[in-house]
Amino acid sequence: MMFTVAIIAILITILLALVRALLGPTVYDRIAAMNMIGTKTILLIAVFAFLTDRHDLLDIALVYTLINFIGVVAVLKLIEQGNLYTDGETSVDNQQEVNDK
Amino acid sequence: MIDNIVDITLLSLIAIHAVAIIRMRSLFAVVMLFSGFSFLSAGLFVVMDAADVAFTEAAVGAGISTVLMLATLALTYTPAEADKEEKAPTHKPWLPLSVVFITGALLIYGTYNLPGFGDPNAPSQLHVAPYYLEKSMPETGVPNVVTAVLASYRGFDTLGEVTVIFTAGIAVLLIIGGRRRVKSKIEKNGGDREA
Repeated sequence: MMFTVAIIAILITILLALVRALLGPTVYDRIAAMNMIGTKTILLIAVFAFLTDRHDLLDIALVYTLINFIGVVAVLKLIEQGNLYTDGETSVDNQQEVNDK
Repeated sequence: MIDNIVDITLLSLIAIHAVAIIRMRSLFAVVMLFSGFSFLSAGLFVVMDAADVAFTEAAVGAGISTVLMLATLALTYTPAEADKEEKAPTHKPWLPLSVVFITGALLIYGTYNLPGFGDPNAPSQLHVAPYYLEKSMPETGVPNVVTAVLASYRGFDTLGEVTVIFTAGIAVLLIIGGRRRVKSKIEKNGGDREA
């Protein structure tokens, strides 16, 4: 019963995050919403594993966590420096590219 | 009971994602929604007990394709116009819409003859599946039947797939690495000019 309520609550949370992702005026709203949806999917799988007594699903939830993290890091790197192939110090680089245009 | 609720809710969330992806014009938002779409479908696959498909969907759909689409956005747009919008379609939506609806209706019609989900008497379960279920543990010693089939019975097939993915990875590394070298040369030339 407890797990059922938890699953329904997680689904409602995913719905709310989706609303924010659709409405989100800024890029950061959408990033936070997508990170939230990923995290809630992981929680959904974890709760579902306990609900149906298949504890091997917890490993899958862990892998999802890693993938979600990689995705968010890539998105934030792109937002911050405008490309994915330099190592950080590219706010100057961006400025150069803008100046070149 | 709760399985059905989870299935239906996840499917409707995925449908909302799909409609939003079609309607939205901001390309960055579309990439973000693609990532959410993949995550929810992977969750749906887990709920439907297809853990290996869910792994693939999460790694490829939510992980790699998001990064690749973002990289494409970064390469095609300058940072100043990063929130650039997709062009509005120039054609009327009626022809593609009708094609999609007819195809979807035919596919739904086709599902009426399919056996039920997880039906043990379905033809696909009666062919080699009983053999694997009985013999995979004594023959391979792998507790998970799907892993036993993929890694042992279809070992050469999996080896071929891994070779393809390895080759693709090397190609991607060569392309991206080459670009970086060209870029640093340009930067150096620019610095020389300034000096």
